[in-house]
Amino acid sequence: MSKAVPPTGATFVGMPPFPRAARDAVGDAQLRHNLRKATHTIRDKRAVVVDELADWAELRAAGAAIKDRTLRRLDEHLLAVEAAVTSAGGTVHWAADAAEANRIVADLVRATGETEVVKVKSMVTQEIGLNEALAAEGIRAYETDLAELIVQLGEDLPSHILVPAIHRNRAEIREIFVREMGEWGVPAPAGLTDEPAALAEAARRHLRERFLSAKVAVSGANFVVAETGTLVVVESEGNGRMCLTLPETLISVVGIEKVVPTWADLEVFLQLLPRSSTGERMNPYTSMWTGVTPGDGPQDFHLVLLDNGRTDVLADRTGRQALRCIRCSACLNVCPVYERTGGHAYGSVYPGPIGAILVPQLGGVATGKVDAQTASLPYASSLCGACYEVCPVAIDIPEVLVHLREQVVEGGGHRAEKAAMRAAEWVLDDPGRLRRVQRLAARSRKLIPKRAPGPGAAWTDSRSIPAVPAESFRDWWVRERSGPADTAQAGVRPTGSAPAAAVVEARESEGEGR
Amino acid sequence: MRVGLFITCVNDTLYPRTGRAVVRLLERLGCEVDFPLAQTCCGQMHWNTGYGPRIEPMVRRFADTFAGYDAVVTPSGSCGAMIRDNHPRAAARAQDPTLAADVAAVVPKVYDLTEFIVDVLGVTDVGAYFPHKVAYHPTCHSQRLMKLGDRPTALLREVRGLELLGLPGEQECCGFGGTFAVKNPDVSTAMGADKVRHAAGTGAEVLCAADNSCLMHIGGLMDRQRTGMRVLHLAEILASTEKEPA
Repeated sequence: MSKAVPPTGATFVGMPPFPRAARDAVGDAQLRHNLRKATHTIRDKRAVVVDELADWAELRAAGAAIKDRTLRRLDEHLLAVEAAVTSAGGTVHWAADAAEANRIVADLVRATGETEVVKVKSMVTQEIGLNEALAAEGIRAYETDLAELIVQLGEDLPSHILVPAIHRNRAEIREIFVREMGEWGVPAPAGLTDEPAALAEAARRHLRERFLSAKVAVSGANFVVAETGTLVVVESEGNGRMCLTLPETLISVVGIEKVVPTWADLEVFLQLLPRSSTGERMNPYTSMWTGVTPGDGPQDFHLVLLDNGRTDVLADRTGRQALRCIRCSACLNVCPVYERTGGHAYGSVYPGPIGAILVPQLGGVATGKVDAQTASLPYASSLCGACYEVCPVAIDIPEVLVHLREQVVEGGGHRAEKAAMRAAEWVLDDPGRLRRVQRLAARSRKLIPKRAPGPGAAWTDSRSIPAVPAESFRDWWVRERSGPADTAQAGVRPTGSAPAAAVVEARESEGEGR
Repeated sequence: MRVGLFITCVNDTLYPRTGRAVVRLLERLGCEVDFPLAQTCCGQMHWNTGYGPRIEPMVRRFADTFAGYDAVVTPSGSCGAMIRDNHPRAAARAQDPTLAADVAAVVPKVYDLTEFIVDVLGVTDVGAYFPHKVAYHPTCHSQRLMKLGDRPTALLREVRGLELLGLPGEQECCGFGGTFAVKNPDVSTAMGADKVRHAAGTGAEVLCAADNSCLMHIGGLMDRQRTGMRVLHLAEILASTEKEPA
């Protein structure tokens, strides 16, 4: 091994706001092709296995209800988790934020005397930047999930919750393996092809050495069952099972919203999750462990329960439904925006529709303290509703997006937009003014340029402006259908604070229709 | 039956042809149509862009203007959904029980044009003639929020001379999304380009939908690309006859 520290990859820090990042992404033909193929494949697979369940709607409603019920008494359930894990021989740590969680994990690893850890794929450890924090302490964190391995070896960033290397095709993956594997351990075999089976075999041989030598593992968890203090990891490759059973020490970092009260509750999610995420009827490797079992598996188990903004999300009546999320990625796979930009454009570890509602909330958008990049995320949606339709826990993502847009607007800035919206209100609050504006547009319709200057270019760069008609529908109706009495009601009674001159002009303008 | 037509501000200003088609169509089907002149806008642009707290006057105006009708018909899936789903929320937020009651009274009477024709009038053959190849785009809010289902295509299938062609990827958003189209113009255009490609690939002459705002975006792209297709609101096809073709 020639490199002193493992690749911790790039970071999302300093990414431009979504529209700017998206501009580059939509222009990348290879990326567009990779994403179109991958998202449509998973999307179609999910649709098949969801449609075959007659009670999917009921399962979905049950999933949402269990999460909501649990979140309402989250404090009590978390104390139950702590008591159960402790009595089963584990140690529970509470972390208020990313820095505290990273410090706890680093201290625990250092206490073992080890300088390497193996990792089970985990979103929450990416959320807190654990690999980078450990690297700063001289500890190497090795990803063992195939896609995370591809991302780590390529010094890249994840672009999807479930399949973080979705932006790579197999030729690119082969190239990364050939170039990088030898730097960190078992090299790629000579003559490696880009056949999926050959790539998987190369990864298997590379990782096997890692599993057998690792003394410490770090994981997240998909669920924590409060009644017994049991953690659950759901994965497809068996790398998780290796990490959770072979090392001597296991440290699991878990967001506080991952609790389910009982095993009966868990059953619902073990049906919802695999069908929604990988399009499988049953999950391949479901690992469950409760504290420490003498003589079997890790003998030192630590659970780090992480808040990192979650209690603030819980306090928001509309936004809190985001905490139901089970990280299945179904919303990413159906999202027409994600399909065209990929995950990197979102500038955060949680991309796609769920990221657009989760990241701003975890970052404190309600308090108006987020940066321009984070504030751009709630607008990264056409509100088409495809995400809500597939969400297995019925998170109304469009509703939350609109709610967060209001928080962004309240947070200040957007001066030109606010002025435009106020002007639109002034016109739309009164039919007389609307009619006056319509007539102005009709009179000057020949003057409207094909390509607009300034902000209007955002429309006309790619689309023609519709031809303004000589007569609005309103004017046609008055001319064709109404008598003078109706015309008098044609909205010529401006109310509110219109300047007197405008009122007079509106009345004069109205007169033309009689 | 006394029908109040909520034309929507976009149609009123930019697509009066659609409004005239709705009037002609509904009158042909025996309805008494009125266009109350006090109407303006449903507030959708403000609501969806983060200015929800500002739309209370528009919500109040809508409820007052349309209180006296047996049915309120609108030729826009997204405006219809705005009224049905969000006017009650806006009224609740205003904490005005009178407004909430007025909104609650008017909302159940609001219909998308196709819902009104199929469900209320009980008609699928509206006596239309339109001898062209047509593809139908079931716009996101028409399908997911208004849940129009197969009503629009049931109506189109009965139009004499019309050949309805399947649109690949029909459930995918065209990329308009209101202010999304200008806040994220590159993604919006990329989405629209795929929609145009799918539509042109069908061999249809006309792409129709039940919402002119989506068609403004798709049609604008088609025009720039010299696609040689046109977009048309569903109402204009349904109003079309041998005597008065669309």
